[in-house]
Amino acid sequence: MKRARVIHQGMLHNATERDGQLLLEDGQRVWQDQVTWLPPLASVDRPRTILALGLNYADHAKELAFKAPDEPLVFLKGERALNGHRQTTRRPADVQFMHYECELAVVIGRKAKKVRRDDAYDFVAGYTVANDYAIRDYLENWYRPNLRVKNRDGATPLGPWLVDRADIADPMALALRTTVNGKPTQQGNTKDMIFDIPWLIEYFSGFMTLSPGDLILTGTPDGVVDCKAGDVVVTEIEGIGALMNTIAS
Amino acid sequence: MSLVKRGTVYGTLLNFRGELDALGPKMNEAPYKAPPQAPVLYVKPANTWTENGGAIALPAHVAEVEIGATVAMVMKSAREVAGYVLMNDVCIPHESLFRPPVRFNCLDGFLGIGDRIRLRNEAGDPAVFKLEVRVNGELKQTVRFSQLLRPADRLLADVGEFMTLAEGDMLMLGCDVGRPRVRAGDRVEIKMPALGTLTNTFVAEAA
Repeated sequence: MKRARVIHQGMLHNATERDGQLLLEDGQRVWQDQVTWLPPLASVDRPRTILALGLNYADHAKELAFKAPDEPLVFLKGERALNGHRQTTRRPADVQFMHYECELAVVIGRKAKKVRRDDAYDFVAGYTVANDYAIRDYLENWYRPNLRVKNRDGATPLGPWLVDRADIADPMALALRTTVNGKPTQQGNTKDMIFDIPWLIEYFSGFMTLSPGDLILTGTPDGVVDCKAGDVVVTEIEGIGALMNTIAS
Repeated sequence: MSLVKRGTVYGTLLNFRGELDALGPKMNEAPYKAPPQAPVLYVKPANTWTENGGAIALPAHVAEVEIGATVAMVMKSAREVAGYVLMNDVCIPHESLFRPPVRFNCLDGFLGIGDRIRLRNEAGDPAVFKLEVRVNGELKQTVRFSQLLRPADRLLADVGEFMTLAEGDMLMLGCDVGRPRVRAGDRVEIKMPALGTLTNTFVAEAA
């Protein structure tokens, strides 16, 4: 099942996908452009932990002139970085290089502590698409990538759908693709991740307890390009969804 | 004062003059290449939170940890501070500041949080805050917030330039050098008259 959280006529709804439309909990069917999309995540009592991987595709690591890591490069971000489908993300006026990052996002479904990789998928609720924008102008070599690059308000769109784990036979073999104004700029496949989902869940849960609703953004492949105000960026993952965002000035 | 809901907890690196002095010329060498410009922040996620009086467990492979005694601003809104609270920001000792230190910093329980939030107008000027760290009753460190590179107001303004804090979010002012190291069995008290005492004991993680 594909699940969404949307605002329709001022009301928050859980919704599911039905024949290209949204089926709201009260039985109404509405078109996808008739609602305001939120990240497809249930609210949680404590701030959700958002783990994001850097350099987790061999080709992207090469592009960025670093050698492929022997342990994951991971950073955390706050919830206010998240944004919904079909929203805008701001590009500061004075920057030279702001790029998207199309990423498979894993949503944790059960409390996970010291999980073995063979059992890891039992702890996954589902998957969604993240666009983990970065503003490279602000990169500094202290806790890199620093939060000024990666934790900007609304600069991590997520969605449209949370797709149930059971609906994705092999999350490690999904095509990823980004288009800017309709033109393909980034292509890859989740099979090229350096650290795959079971490995990551074993690694993180080995030292920190993950809770339902926590997120792991698994990194992006080669092909990031600068985007300007007005650009429409669609980050898409096979079987998961196409997440649209417009860059605003 | 208590909070309706605790938000995201952010820490601040390199906000004490002593931290910069300790790095010295290394700041201009690889991999850093230049001193930091914007505030360097990190997140202490919810799994790290330990309440006042709670025990903090050290995994079997961790012999000792560093105590980061500090004060956090508790936000009322993006730019307004509701009050201040004591924090014990624990990490596994590590050298490099190049990558986010998630596996040293984000272990379960690795942030003690005080239970007394003192209102901003009662707490006084954070620039004169001074706290003491005792390990098993012995004074190990005195932290003077007059030594901040960015005083509280300035830190808040500079952070606000690139992200918005929400009601209930907390922003730590920083941890000075000379962090005491502790082991399982040690009891740590962080004390400041206006904010009370934050006490945590360290224990070996149950096998």
